[in-house]
Amino acid sequence: MAIHIIDRRLNPGGKSLENRQRFLRRAKSLVQGAVKKTSQERDIKDVLEGGEVTIPLDGMHEPRFRREGGTRDMVLPGNKKFVEGDYLQRSGQGSAKDSGPGEGDSEDAFRFVLSRDEFVDLFLDDLELPDLAKRKIAQTESEGIQRAGYTTSGSPSNISVSRTVRRAMARRIALKRPSKDEIEELESMIASCTDDDERLLLLAQLDKLKAKSKRIPFIDPIDIRYRRYETVPKPVAQAVMFCLMDVSGSMSEHMKDLAKRFYMLLYVFLKRRYKHVEIVFIRHTDRAEEVDEQTFFYGPASGGTLVSSALQAMHEIVRERFSPADWNIYAAQASDGDNSYSDGELTGMLLTDKILPACQFFAYLEVGESGGSAFDLSDSSLWTLYERLRNSGAPLSMRKVSERSEIFPVFHDLFQRRETSQEKAAP
Amino acid sequence: MTERLFEGADWDFHTLQRITDACEEVAENDLGLDVYPNQIEVITAEQMLDAYSSVGMPLFYKHWSFGKQFAYHEASYRKGLMGLAYEIVINSSPCISYLMEENTATMQTLVIAHAAFGHNHFFKNNYLFKQWTDADGILDYLDFAKTYVMQCEERYGRVEVERTLDAAHALMSHGIDRYPGKKKLDLRAEEKRAGRRRQHEEEVFNDLWRTVPKGAAKSKSALSLERRRKLLGLPQENLLYFLEKSAPRLAPWQRELLRIVRHIAQYFYPQSQTKVMNEGTATYVHYRIMTKLHQQGRITDGNFLEFLGSHTNVVFQPEFDDPRFSGFNPYALGFAMMQDIERIVARPEAEDREWFPDIAGKNDVMGVLRDVWANYRDESFIAQFLSPKLMRQLRMFHLHDDPEERAGIRVDAIHDERGFRRVRRELARQYDVGYIDANIEVVDVDLSGDRRLILHHHVVKGAQLNETDAKRVLQHLADLWTYDVSLIEVDSNDKVLREYVVSPRPITAAA
Repeated sequence: MAIHIIDRRLNPGGKSLENRQRFLRRAKSLVQGAVKKTSQERDIKDVLEGGEVTIPLDGMHEPRFRREGGTRDMVLPGNKKFVEGDYLQRSGQGSAKDSGPGEGDSEDAFRFVLSRDEFVDLFLDDLELPDLAKRKIAQTESEGIQRAGYTTSGSPSNISVSRTVRRAMARRIALKRPSKDEIEELESMIASCTDDDERLLLLAQLDKLKAKSKRIPFIDPIDIRYRRYETVPKPVAQAVMFCLMDVSGSMSEHMKDLAKRFYMLLYVFLKRRYKHVEIVFIRHTDRAEEVDEQTFFYGPASGGTLVSSALQAMHEIVRERFSPADWNIYAAQASDGDNSYSDGELTGMLLTDKILPACQFFAYLEVGESGGSAFDLSDSSLWTLYERLRNSGAPLSMRKVSERSEIFPVFHDLFQRRETSQEKAAP
Repeated sequence: MTERLFEGADWDFHTLQRITDACEEVAENDLGLDVYPNQIEVITAEQMLDAYSSVGMPLFYKHWSFGKQFAYHEASYRKGLMGLAYEIVINSSPCISYLMEENTATMQTLVIAHAAFGHNHFFKNNYLFKQWTDADGILDYLDFAKTYVMQCEERYGRVEVERTLDAAHALMSHGIDRYPGKKKLDLRAEEKRAGRRRQHEEEVFNDLWRTVPKGAAKSKSALSLERRRKLLGLPQENLLYFLEKSAPRLAPWQRELLRIVRHIAQYFYPQSQTKVMNEGTATYVHYRIMTKLHQQGRITDGNFLEFLGSHTNVVFQPEFDDPRFSGFNPYALGFAMMQDIERIVARPEAEDREWFPDIAGKNDVMGVLRDVWANYRDESFIAQFLSPKLMRQLRMFHLHDDPEERAGIRVDAIHDERGFRRVRRELARQYDVGYIDANIEVVDVDLSGDRRLILHHHVVKGAQLNETDAKRVLQHLADLWTYDVSLIEVDSNDKVLREYVVSPRPITAAA
């Protein structure tokens, strides 16, 4: 008996992916609620991590006719001391244990694990990045598989039947392999033949044909063709994200924390759209410098405030390393709004002439102390400046934030789908 | 002959081939098994999870509930709450066994013996499988079902198809013909039939018919109740079949979907009736094959010990007061009974001769076992072959829990002379599908009135339907029927215990 042993391990995985997506789609609102809830409890750094969520089973329940109650009979193993006619005390409310473990468990809530991507997708669902235009092969880290003709060797599962049969047929025709019809015709001629001599002749002919058809196989190993696949690099769109922050003495830890949260979200968001995302941290007081993340958030610095210095630094970095033709450039600036009065002119010029034309998106986040009702009193100098620029048509997004809980709504607000957010109004 | 099949725990595909050949030799020569051709597939843990979510079948139509299954299994697998099965075997010809790649060579041998020979023989020979399943056609039929569902989604929209399938799934447990009489399913013909029907519809389609004015409603036919019920084939316990044939407003494709779900439910019907026997057979076969291979010196003592370790785990039966207890372990009960039959046939005691005059001392162990495997299901198997000795060994007892009884749960019978037959009868009843599923049937349709569909639930031993679930299932039923549906729960004295009435949801609201 033939036994087939097949190695399925190389088959593409994710056979259940489609079903899983259907499930998530169906449970979308529930899962989304769960994701929002889970993410509130989490440190923002772990938002990316995916993980377990619990949803109410309500809409996802698959009902069946089930029976319950009534008199029950059961046969159990392991009798130790009972004899016929004994009575056992019911423990508590009936014998709930026998209702089937797991059943009660799955009744009200359904717990499962979301992958990182699914989690972030749901978390950032209905948000959209402005201008996803530029594409350029930067890193070949993404590879796709594509059909690439045929080959003479390969795994049995890749045999191209039609190609193989076609080649076999071509070979049979070329080598003049007698067809089944020919042999049958000859056989019928022999059967109906009365003349002995002719009969012998025909028989000899038949033998020759049969021998030939045996010599030339119907399918020869050389006919076999396999489908060939090859990997091709896929273009990867890349993005760079500039984080600009004022670190002068007037920025408190709270304000920095707000800014950090905003940057995190922006990073997560960009990461979802672009395979390759670079981050540049520029901090400034009255002069700007590019620093690493640690220094950016925690490094001590003091001095005056000149926003133009940061913009100048950004402009130089863009010119040197991130040609706007190849990179999608996003920038987010966080500041408490202080700026030297004399710097306003230069800042405005740099922004409108150099920075904004190169950027896909520029957001300004004005952070304030918690309970910052001070915002209502008067606009800061930077806010006033930016507002004027925006009113004259510069593509700037700006928001004010003073509480941690406002970060996500503000972020959400900035990146809403375009139809609804053509023109963003200041709060 | 004494060449080792493998050394250590590693294996490759040649090893698997050698193992399968060796198992086949024992299975054929020593056990006289008759199996479908084998196809053995090596898969990863992820693929095993995939298979879990499509009820173990290699291909299945798409539905969100399978995604839910997958998410659930994956979550508990990741948390380490659940180990994965060593294998999955499919009742098809060729018989497909999935082996996990991380099994050791010993485990692969065990699994091949268990699935590719034990289960395989059972599938091919047991009368229920012969009667209700079509091993040759099932994979093609599933392929057809998958394509058909996909085409329906393209033509009629995913939401509509999902709605129909949701409803059909809810009724799946009542979409089974329980009694033979109808001709055996030929799934290949089934697939062709659907194609032909569609073609016919396309050929005879004529838009003009739509414009022909409808005649005046026919005068109310004075069909007698008896005649009406006969025409509709009532009473009918196969709800899906009834809907497929008689629901007034279903589109042809919806009927076909119901048919698909019904056929698949029918395909799995024998498996639910033969858990103990199926696993018992497979476990007995792997035990015999492994022992023989060890005797032949083809597997080492170390490998054999490893095998015994897993085997013992598989056939472990916790006692009722053990926290791990969750009913009888079908592997344990099945294996114990098979071994017990072997003992009765080969080395009977006086008691066995009295209880089992037909087989005691007959000496042809495999002959008797093959006959048992072919001609019984769990219920009849236990009712006939559970021996007093085994009942004593497992210390079985019967509890009767009547909520009316103040004193508590009564011990009705134990493993003594007075109790053997009662314990055995009760245990057999636990495996009787007639008792496991609620007995619900369509009894009448008010054709001349508001077309209300009337169902009866015959309540056994006071166990009524769970209310929330029953309402939801009836909602699905009403959506398919498109008129009111009422379900009446009656006890054995025809006393009405409860009545549900459900109206269909308007389609626009649900879509």
